[in-house]
Amino acid sequence: MLFQGRVWKYGDAVNTDVIFPGKYTYTLTDPREWAKHALEDLDATFAGTVQPGDIVVAGRNWGCGSSREQAVGALKYAGVKVIIAKSFARIYFRNAINQGVLPLVCPEAVDAIAAGETIAVDAAAHTIHCARGLFSFPPLSPTIHAILDSGGLIPMLRKRFGAEHLPMPEIKGGE
Amino acid sequence: MGKTFAEKVLARASGQSAVVAGQIVDAAPDVILTHDNTAAIARIFRALGQARLKHPERHAITLDHAVPAPNTQHATNHAEVRKFVAEQGIKNFFEVGRGICHQVLSEEAIALPGDLVIGADSHTPHFGWLGACGVGVGRSEMAAVWATGELWLRVPESVRIMVDGALPFGVTAKDLALKIIGDLGADGGIYQSIEFSGPAIEALSLDSRAVLPNMMAEFGVKNAYIAADDKLLDWLAPRRWKTISDFRFQILDLESLPANAQSEIKNLKSQIQNRAIYPDPDAAYAATHRFDASALEPLIACPHAVDNVRPLSQVRGTRVQQAFIGTCTNGRLEDLAAAAAIVRGKQVAPGTRLLVIPASSQVMMEAMQLGYLGDLMAAGAVIGTPGCGPCMGNHMGVPAPGEVTISSANRNFRGRMGTRDSEIYLASPAVVAASAIVGHIADPREML
Repeated sequence: MLFQGRVWKYGDAVNTDVIFPGKYTYTLTDPREWAKHALEDLDATFAGTVQPGDIVVAGRNWGCGSSREQAVGALKYAGVKVIIAKSFARIYFRNAINQGVLPLVCPEAVDAIAAGETIAVDAAAHTIHCARGLFSFPPLSPTIHAILDSGGLIPMLRKRFGAEHLPMPEIKGGE
Repeated sequence: MGKTFAEKVLARASGQSAVVAGQIVDAAPDVILTHDNTAAIARIFRALGQARLKHPERHAITLDHAVPAPNTQHATNHAEVRKFVAEQGIKNFFEVGRGICHQVLSEEAIALPGDLVIGADSHTPHFGWLGACGVGVGRSEMAAVWATGELWLRVPESVRIMVDGALPFGVTAKDLALKIIGDLGADGGIYQSIEFSGPAIEALSLDSRAVLPNMMAEFGVKNAYIAADDKLLDWLAPRRWKTISDFRFQILDLESLPANAQSEIKNLKSQIQNRAIYPDPDAAYAATHRFDASALEPLIACPHAVDNVRPLSQVRGTRVQQAFIGTCTNGRLEDLAAAAAIVRGKQVAPGTRLLVIPASSQVMMEAMQLGYLGDLMAAGAVIGTPGCGPCMGNHMGVPAPGEVTISSANRNFRGRMGTRDSEIYLASPAVVAASAIVGHIADPREML
């Protein structure tokens, strides 16, 4: 799969409280509302100007803190399909895969990519193209690819259980 | 080659004779933990075409994140959780006010040594204090666990943290946790299984032990572990007995148990002991870190990161408007006792509020019987309903913009307590109590 988008670049240890504040976890139920608060306490310009297909590029330990899945969902419903980081917090990494958002670990690319530039990601070839060159990231495991290819864990399981005809839940969540 | 705790516990949970670090396994949890998020997970579960939980007896649900319900939205959410609990016949359900999930499942001896505990909560590594493997997941994965009874997990690399010496007067397990995170960074334990050992760990009280695996969530770990010893087993066995007997919803009074109970408790203790898991002496570790408890001093995590750790001596004098003692990290009896000892006979400083939220109803009851709540209230403290309180900004003590909170909790991220323009300092309960009395960050060792 190919992705192309404009880069929002952030630093190290961006935590789930600034990606999606805890005070909204039981009060905002519509993912489109989550998107309006994405990165609210880190970058107040993000939610108003992000475009579908934009790519988040970050330093170490992206998404540390809470297990709240809305911290992925807020970015997903803002149009982000790929996050490139030097490393991910463990639960955030799993939540991203389960939401069908591609989490890529590539420290060299993070150092090379500038905020605002347009980059391309080739998931099949495991490469990232940016102004300063071509970078490779390690392939994800087949287990992970099976989930991503289905669009996330829930779509994959709905297919496995023959439940695709059922309505998707009104998504609410919590920490 | 011997096996680590993580290799052994995940081998058993995945039904294999042996697994190695790096391997991906399908593991079946012994305990499945959710809280106020149960209703949201139940909606996903139904969208998977599922009507019944695969293992209702393995589930444990507490209402703790916003209790008692602060508004209609939370109340409606709680009502939905109760309906689901009734429908599915879940026995291990704990109502508003019983306490924080990690504390309650420990007190009720629902999680036991050697168990794999999967929780939809990032502080699930907490259960390592029982010699169990606690792993946190998100909401989608939890719905998948409910439906399939298992979860894919990568067997983590293991790292040893060996702690020599003994904690000096006025220095606590919280300071040790902050020392580890401050020295090695908030991602220092990322994806790893941390095994604690050494004389300083063995000497810790049970209340103090629980602080370490809990705080390792802020170190990036998958799980953390302290070996179950006799002290722990003696604490667990009567609680397990109570949970599986008709005494379930009564206060545990070991003195007045029926005659046959003592022998049953003894049997339970050996059963629990036989199922406990210990790493082999020749297991393979990715790293070993050594700390000397004797060299520690009170530490503070400064805004806005848990690894922004400084000695208390460098930040004392910082003005605080709110002091908060509670949470799954530091809301136990020992923590309330430490706070009561500091504030006894004194008054909270004008312009500062002291908020105390016991981690469970049992902690609250014991603190009442021992007079700690009286000491705290006489000093001007506010006592809140057992639960998570204002830790993640839901309610019950949210700071105003511009205010500074000193807290015994686990996270000080910007906006964590609900207000972007406020600052959170993290410390031990004694430091929090001392700061409440003085009105600025203070050293409790000078007040005892």
